Amino acid sequence: MTLQEMDNEMTMDCLLLAGRMMIESGAETYRVEDTMLRMARSQNMPDAQCYATPTGIIFSLGKTQPTRITSISSRVTDLQKIALVNSVSRKLTSHIITLEDAYDELKSIQKTNYFLPTYMQVIAAALASACFLIMFQGTWSDFPIAFLAGGVGFYVLLLISQLTKVKFFSEFTASLAVAIVAFIAVKLGLGKELDKIIIGSVMPLVPGILITNAVRDLMAGHFMAGIAKGMEAFLTAFAIGAAIAVILSF
Amino acid sequence: MNVIIQLMVSFFATAGIAVIFNAPRKVLFHCGFVGVVGWGIYFILAERGMDVVNASFFGAFVIAIVAHLYARRFKMPMVIFIVSGIIPLVPGGMAYNAMRNVVEDDYLQGLQYGLKAFLITGAIVVGLVFAEVFIRLIFKAILTNKEKKYSRS
Repeated sequence: MTLQEMDNEMTMDCLLLAGRMMIESGAETYRVEDTMLRMARSQNMPDAQCYATPTGIIFSLGKTQPTRITSISSRVTDLQKIALVNSVSRKLTSHIITLEDAYDELKSIQKTNYFLPTYMQVIAAALASACFLIMFQGTWSDFPIAFLAGGVGFYVLLLISQLTKVKFFSEFTASLAVAIVAFIAVKLGLGKELDKIIIGSVMPLVPGILITNAVRDLMAGHFMAGIAKGMEAFLTAFAIGAAIAVILSF
Repeated sequence: MNVIIQLMVSFFATAGIAVIFNAPRKVLFHCGFVGVVGWGIYFILAERGMDVVNASFFGAFVIAIVAHLYARRFKMPMVIFIVSGIIPLVPGGMAYNAMRNVVEDDYLQGLQYGLKAFLITGAIVVGLVFAEVFIRLIFKAILTNKEKKYSRS
């Protein structure tokens, strides 16, 4: 293997790792392509070609250069990781750091878990749910019930998504938990408005990043990615709605 | 008074959502602020009697503009600020009512709510896109102006 080939291998690994991490954390597809191409150009590879979808990336360094594929099976929402990868790529393209440094940084970013501890996330979700209740003109006396229902719902979501990879099932179960808690609370006379409590507590489950990215990908002309993400968002909405419908039909 | 409570509550709601989405810790406050601006515009317009579809459009429009300014300031992708900001505008209540009426076999009413929810989603989308094009044109104009000045001097 010549020196040039080894260099190319390194560039390829680095770029694919960056692209992969961005898609896995929920970045827009067009932005992933753009970032990878910018990084390639900064490394004197002007002919690089990239094709990214939410489930995989195809990347080629140029005409006679090798092409590599990486497939991506799971995606979460991790805005911090997107920001970190973005700053590494900015530093690389403005030649503040070398390719080796960038690769090391990306690897350490990949290994680190940036999520807050579970209880903090659950508290945040519970607080958000209770606040959404007030925003949707609920009464203050329902505040604790929405807090509880939202927290329980989000905890169930985290728990089930660790057990199974089927997103639809974990969202359905989480929404079901929210509806059950709200239903029991209202039946016991602790809560007043079932509708408002459920709507508020279900808000943390709404797939915000999917909706945003679907739109932005569609507008950037990436119809494959846009439709795929729109479909995923629709499935999530359907899962939430179906679980609530189950409870309401009693 | 009601408006002030709404603004405060929307800050905590949006910041909470930002925590769930694991936004970088130093911009959590700004994420919350984006939500306050968007919800504030929506709430005030809707309370003055504007249709919720139009109010959602203006809310999303302002959210995208503020998010763009923050993205430039912090050198971070714009998504980080938009994502948690638009969550309050998502027509959860409408979708819930649609689902509820369908379950109760009142398909006509359910369809009405469903269509309204669809329209609101469309308005949010259009608002985001318009703001993005708008702000790009403005920045382009500013940049070309600067170049003209430099070439003159």
